[in-house]
Amino acid sequence: MTKTQRASDQWLAEVAKGIRQRVLGHSLKNNGGYMSQACSAAELLSCMYGGLIDLPEVPEPLLPRPFAGTPGIAGKNRETGIEFHGGRKPDRDRLISSPAHYALVIYAAMIESGRLHEDALNDFNKDGSTVEMIGAEHSPGFETTTGSLAQAISQASGIAIARKIRKETGNTWVFMSDGEFQEGQTWEALQAASFHNLGNLKVIVDVNQGQCDGPMDQVMSIEPLASKIEAFGWEVVRVDGHDTDAIFDAGKTVTDKPLMILCYTDPVRGLPIMQSRFPTLHYLRFTSETEKATYAAAYQEMSK
Amino acid sequence: MSYEIVNRPHQQNFIDWSADKPEVVVLTADLTNSCEVGRWRDTYPERFFSMGMAEQNMLGVAAGLAREGFEPWLHTFAVFLYRRPLDQLQMSIAYPSLKVRLVGFLPGIMTPGGVTHQAIEDFAVMRAIPNMTILEVGDATEAESVIDVAHAVDGPVYIRQLRGEVSRLFPKDEPLVFNHARVLSEGEEITLITSGIMTEEALRAMPLIKQKGVLVKHLHVSTIKPFNDPQVVAAVTSASKGVITMENHSIIGGIGSAVAEIMAEHGAAVPLRRIGINDTYAHGASQKHLMEELGLNAQSLVAAVEGLIGRNLHIAAEDLAAARVADVHSAAKAEAL
Repeated sequence: MTKTQRASDQWLAEVAKGIRQRVLGHSLKNNGGYMSQACSAAELLSCMYGGLIDLPEVPEPLLPRPFAGTPGIAGKNRETGIEFHGGRKPDRDRLISSPAHYALVIYAAMIESGRLHEDALNDFNKDGSTVEMIGAEHSPGFETTTGSLAQAISQASGIAIARKIRKETGNTWVFMSDGEFQEGQTWEALQAASFHNLGNLKVIVDVNQGQCDGPMDQVMSIEPLASKIEAFGWEVVRVDGHDTDAIFDAGKTVTDKPLMILCYTDPVRGLPIMQSRFPTLHYLRFTSETEKATYAAAYQEMSK
Repeated sequence: MSYEIVNRPHQQNFIDWSADKPEVVVLTADLTNSCEVGRWRDTYPERFFSMGMAEQNMLGVAAGLAREGFEPWLHTFAVFLYRRPLDQLQMSIAYPSLKVRLVGFLPGIMTPGGVTHQAIEDFAVMRAIPNMTILEVGDATEAESVIDVAHAVDGPVYIRQLRGEVSRLFPKDEPLVFNHARVLSEGEEITLITSGIMTEEALRAMPLIKQKGVLVKHLHVSTIKPFNDPQVVAAVTSASKGVITMENHSIIGGIGSAVAEIMAEHGAAVPLRRIGINDTYAHGASQKHLMEELGLNAQSLVAAVEGLIGRNLHIAAEDLAAARVADVHSAAKAEAL
């Protein structure tokens, strides 16, 4: 059964652990994966799917559909992955996931939280599957095609405006990665959301301070992030992204402004051996059988 | 040749049209009055959204609204709808094939705003985008009726719209019909395909060309994508001496290219002359000046016809009288850029 009230500490911890374990297991099996994103986002994703966001329930874990084809004129193939988030309900929340590169981690989170069938990962990155490596709008748990980053927050703003016009009481949430704050569109969206008083728009960010080329402070610094976003008219809460109590407290912030929860995270949390790969953490690919064996041992340890 | 001049055909028409369509919302990017929706904003403030000079976000917001069942009508200058926010146009709007209407004003060399304001390759870019429908209006009747045509398309639509003082070339009761060209004259030697403001320009020369005994089939097209109207296909594959296209756009990727594709696919073995912007940027100057400088005018049409039939028509420049003499004195003021 999926969560709509705050899940127990034990549930949150198990889901977070399960995310890391499942992504590591998948990476071992497929010689690669977005592992550091699992390490950084495990707790915040367990919170998101554990009651922080009031997503409608899904009665049982759903199997992904095969890819039906690209969308076309006259409504052809327009189905999105919204069903895994329980569909559209006026008084309930929506969640738009922006960093499509987190797809494996998001799928894992949805499996652990009972929304996605565990066999779904057998289809990961397979031809003809919707369980794509870079999630798109037809992928489980996705509603927008945002592999070109920073486009989800604008679309979620449009959804939030639509819901405001219709006087719906549910909030619209966006899950973002910190790298997206390098894109100009993010700042356009921030200024517009506060200008249009989108108090029903809430963003949660995995601030893991890393990107494809390495640590963000060496590629393109975005700090001081909180004060910049505040200056754009948002309510900003900065938390330890591995502290589930702090994340839930941030979610309760009472404000008329759009809300930004910046979750500062550790990209190797739960898998410290990955620190030796620093600063290249964006994608884990094993360079030797010896290295792979080290990670396999860590997987065994994690599974105890 | 003179036509009735209609003052701001879009302005009140769009207000009236929107009255019974609560799903219609308008988004602008700091060019509200310049795109004739200032009164729309004042009439329907609850469904008007000022997005400021931030087109990338505007396109994304429109996508979100469309996903929720609203029909966003974006009003700004043509160039700002696709050149800067092309990725957003493609990934947020075109890929999911959302009902977003991109109403682009001052296309091609209609703006004196110079190269930054001149959408001269919008057809080329938009034609290459899957799921996109492209419309261009050529007169006041089409400026009024294009909104019904766009509204009926279950997918994204880009419109090259006219503003301010607009000639009425076509009867008010003959609205724009989707993917259906207007036949303006019949003839077997040459097929002439024109769109947008080039149609009025061509109409300056056509009576003189016909007087000289040249048989020209002249079609005005308003649907640029899809571009498979059977009338157009038949006309460009049956002309005995050649085909001419005339567009307020680069000769690369626009109507001339679309016609070339049809001719090649059908094995039409006559020459094609493309009148348009000849793979160059334009600059800040009046429409009249730029049309002359770039050869987007009746003289170019006469020269193209002469080339195809192989004889001089002896039509003097002064015979091609002023394009437009207003029947009605217009009070329309110059619009802001």
